[in-house]
Amino acid sequence: MEFDFAAEQPKLLMLMYGLIAFVAVVGGLLVLLDAVPAWFARRREAQLLAASASGAPVPRRPKPREGMFAFFFLLPAVLLLLVGLVVPAVRTVLLSFMDGSSVDWVGFRNYTWMFSEDSIVRVLTNTLVWVLLVPLVATAFGLLYAVMVDRARFESVAKSLIFMPMAISFVGAAIIWKFVYAYRGDGEEQIGLLNQIVVSLGGEPRQWLLDPPLNTLLLIVIMVWIQAGFAMVVLSAAIKAIPADIVEAARLDGVSPWQMFWQITLPSIRPALVVVVVTLSIATLKVFDIVRTATNGNYDTSVIANEMYNQAFRYGQNGQGSALAVFLFVLVVPLVIYQIRNLRKQREG
Amino acid sequence: MTTATPTLPAGAQATGKTSTAAGRVRRRLNSRTATVVSVVIAVLWTIPTFGLFVSSFRPEDQIKTTGWWTFFSDPQFTLENYQDVLFGGSSSSGQLASYFINSLAITIPSVLFPLAFASLAAYALAWINFRGRDWLYIAIFALQIVPLQMALVPLLRFFSTGVSLGGVTLLPAWDLVDEQKFAQVWFAHTCFALPFAVFLLHNFIAQLPRDLMEAARVDGATHPKIFRTIVLPLITPALAAFGIFQFLWVWNDLLVALIFAGGGNETAPLTVRLAELAGTRGNEWQRLTAGAFVSIVVPLIVFLSLQRYFVRGLLAGSVKG
Repeated sequence: MEFDFAAEQPKLLMLMYGLIAFVAVVGGLLVLLDAVPAWFARRREAQLLAASASGAPVPRRPKPREGMFAFFFLLPAVLLLLVGLVVPAVRTVLLSFMDGSSVDWVGFRNYTWMFSEDSIVRVLTNTLVWVLLVPLVATAFGLLYAVMVDRARFESVAKSLIFMPMAISFVGAAIIWKFVYAYRGDGEEQIGLLNQIVVSLGGEPRQWLLDPPLNTLLLIVIMVWIQAGFAMVVLSAAIKAIPADIVEAARLDGVSPWQMFWQITLPSIRPALVVVVVTLSIATLKVFDIVRTATNGNYDTSVIANEMYNQAFRYGQNGQGSALAVFLFVLVVPLVIYQIRNLRKQREG
Repeated sequence: MTTATPTLPAGAQATGKTSTAAGRVRRRLNSRTATVVSVVIAVLWTIPTFGLFVSSFRPEDQIKTTGWWTFFSDPQFTLENYQDVLFGGSSSSGQLASYFINSLAITIPSVLFPLAFASLAAYALAWINFRGRDWLYIAIFALQIVPLQMALVPLLRFFSTGVSLGGVTLLPAWDLVDEQKFAQVWFAHTCFALPFAVFLLHNFIAQLPRDLMEAARVDGATHPKIFRTIVLPLITPALAAFGIFQFLWVWNDLLVALIFAGGGNETAPLTVRLAELAGTRGNEWQRLTAGAFVSIVVPLIVFLSLQRYFVRGLLAGSVKG
């Protein structure tokens, strides 16, 4: 079957319905909220006129209440959040105490399963390795690069190069790196860059993604590659915000560049560093696409988010999948709270 | 805008005159070392993408037998890979043109809905007085904590069986087929984006000058009117920042689409199809290389042309959880 544009029409129609629904909901809300009070105002004016003509007492009518506007402005968002996030999250917690088909209560069995099953313990360990390595390495590269290109010629171009992977999907990134790790038999010409380098140094080509624990590290490289740009941009902005007079004063005191970095730059950007590390940790905990695309979680590379998907949507084990999701939540909560408190402090200070 | 870190767009000050600590470190640290280090990192970061890009234009047998770097000694150029992966006839070819349209159909409403609902909510939370306002804001803000994995299983059940309480059906099942499943994906993306969107836009809207708002109120403008004529134009930069953010996030998403879109070429976006190709046809490099670039090109254009806004969004919202 060749590509047939006519066959795509229903999708475009659906998209149009979506856009019409959008205009209807948002436009309707605004127009209605505008028109209804105006209509009441006109009616009241007419009543006033009639009243003053006949000399009868003017009927009191309260102005439209602020609360009404607030209610309708907030209605769509609050409703969606309840239906799409709050209720499901509560349900997931309940499901995590039930069996695979969500019929019988099983107490903490899903949780004990999680910590006793070897393959799942492996998953948890992998996640731990991810969340320790990705934020640190990505931040280190981001910081190094931000310092090195600061004020350099072509700074913005240089930054765009590192930042660009942020725009690439995790799936695309995984494919890009699978190509770097590609393997061809010994003696054949290699098409993967990494094996080519190994071969040209006199080594033997390897199936990089098949050997644990190395394969997990190689997947982590992909995440670092994507996220270093984020770290670089945030840290670079922080570096540029260091007051010039502090720098000048330090320079007059004759500090060395090394001291300048450790005693001026680093302490000054500490809040930004914390934000970056925590944000990356949260993103890393939830990483799913890279593992799924590159190895599908095989060869001991699975992580929590990937295993949660497998359990709930491939093996039909809703209870175990939900328990993993709840565990993920438990891991994320302290990080987010810490981050919120940090932001608060910065804002007040 | 209240931000985690000061909102300097990348490179905005690149030609400024004041010196920074890092600039000094770099200059004193023998700027040749700095240059070498930064060039090495830049090359490391660019080479993988570049290699895949070059490969996507090489003939199939060339891709599979020689490394992409041989292209420079033996340049052979073809567009056949793209032709094949986009419009190819066989079911194994990719048929990405169809999935490309799906990606568009999923992304556009998934950006518009949360933008509109979040800015309405953010306005109400910032400028309308009602009881419990602060609590509601904190509650919405706190919802950022919930990872979307927590919502997937029940939300899917809600779509397929509806909501019933004690045998009474409160909401019927959606029973969507084929391209109607887009609605599920829009719904899911909108819900998941709201806490962050409300937070980001609230920061911005709350900082509009109080005088302006009060003057408009005195003139008899209603809230919808103020929202439309005063607030919306003023917060365009914030809307753009969040819009790009959400666009990239939705376009690049795999998890939500896998669960709510179904796998067929009626609804699945590019990412789902690509992941599938990478899994089942992991050695069909001519398709994977070209396919990856089909999926990358739109976000890359958006990213390159609107980078400044994107950076601003990042700096404002480095709290996304």
